[in-house]
Amino acid sequence: MKGSAVDPARIYASQTSAWFGQIIQRSDDGGKTWNPPGTKPEDLMTSEGMPKGESNMFVYDASTETGKPLTTHQWYDGTQHPWEFKRVWHLEPSLHDPDHVYAGVEDAALFQSKDGGKSWQELAGLRGNDTGPKWQPGAGGMCLHTILLDPINPERISIAISAAGAFRTDDGGNTWKPINRGLRSQYIPDPNAEVGHCVHRIALHPSRPNTLFMQKHWDVMRSDDAGGSWHEVSGNLPSDFGFPIDVHAHEPETIYVVPIKSDSEHYPPSGRLRVYRSRSGGNDWEALTKGLPQRNCYVNVLRDAMSIDSLDPCGVYFGTTGGQVYASADGGDKWKPIVRDLPAVLSVEAQTLP
Amino acid sequence: MIRVILPPNLRTLAHVDGEVALELNGTLTQRSLLDAVEAKYPMLRGTMRDHVTQARRPMVRFFACGEDLSHESPDASLPEAIANGTEPFLVIGAIAGG
Repeated sequence: MKGSAVDPARIYASQTSAWFGQIIQRSDDGGKTWNPPGTKPEDLMTSEGMPKGESNMFVYDASTETGKPLTTHQWYDGTQHPWEFKRVWHLEPSLHDPDHVYAGVEDAALFQSKDGGKSWQELAGLRGNDTGPKWQPGAGGMCLHTILLDPINPERISIAISAAGAFRTDDGGNTWKPINRGLRSQYIPDPNAEVGHCVHRIALHPSRPNTLFMQKHWDVMRSDDAGGSWHEVSGNLPSDFGFPIDVHAHEPETIYVVPIKSDSEHYPPSGRLRVYRSRSGGNDWEALTKGLPQRNCYVNVLRDAMSIDSLDPCGVYFGTTGGQVYASADGGDKWKPIVRDLPAVLSVEAQTLP
Repeated sequence: MIRVILPPNLRTLAHVDGEVALELNGTLTQRSLLDAVEAKYPMLRGTMRDHVTQARRPMVRFFACGEDLSHESPDASLPEAIANGTEPFLVIGAIAGG
């Protein structure tokens, strides 16, 4: 779920079930009411008399004009496997147009809609990248989960895929290149491979879009050349495994992660829920514990479940798989649960209303 | 009048309460019935059948007159009892999760 930066009343949400597949929901009134885009009475029929209702239609573009051949990617056992659409993992509204929105999907590909989510077209240059056959699913599936739009250069988009890695376009999505140099992953055959890294989340500060912060499967990483090269900034974290990473609204060197014990034990080290904050862009981290459970806490915090607002001081929010949403109104110094007993929280987004 | 009973999730999505009523001319088949449901409620496209292949989604089943019609040809005629509205056509989500 995510709201438009230029029209806070416009919110997009992805809803998926094994029964009825992908649904896209859109609110035009700040979340009071929701509808699949393109199903108002005036939208019902095309000129041929066929119903539209294509807001949930994600078809890989294999056309000769704009698409790329539908090839295969690596499966868990190393064999090749056909690309199959499964679901939308992340929706990222354009920074400039409320009707323009990007969708990161599983099996990994990037789609966009320019009509408010009524119809979707693939930016096939990403899936058609030369490295595509080497991409492989992580345990959660081969998902494109992170989409970073450059606020200064509108032609530049960075994305991340589990488990292929990070990629960047500098021409509005036509061509893409892997940006994984410096990532080192012990759990793959070649730890320094061009692709195959399980990137969990990337974040940037709008004032410095060339600086990227990454929570990888293991390792917290930093790049100061828009992903051209990365170096590790895990420093004194108790564990550098985790999912979300985010940047303070007003301090581009202040970042937040939530360390998780390990890839097979998805809970905070020692059962103590601690957000870690670095005010130096990594390496030196402090534990933020006030108001967070410091014993017997065995929740996880998923990659899309952390968000910041743009107030001063900056508010920080995160949700857990135990159904709590914690908020800090002072940049992380103190926390309190603002919601409890939800199902596992998949997505937390804060909007700062005028 | 043809009667269709949707599963609760799809009733919510389509903003309908209770049964869906359809008027349909010509031969009544699974395909023509579902086409008519989707024409009336386009938000249901892709939720019962795959957008591209039009194949029934794996965890969706079709029942009528006490019979499982899920594996029948989508172009086979449906029973007269559905065509005349004596019996409803049921779309059911598979039991899963428990």
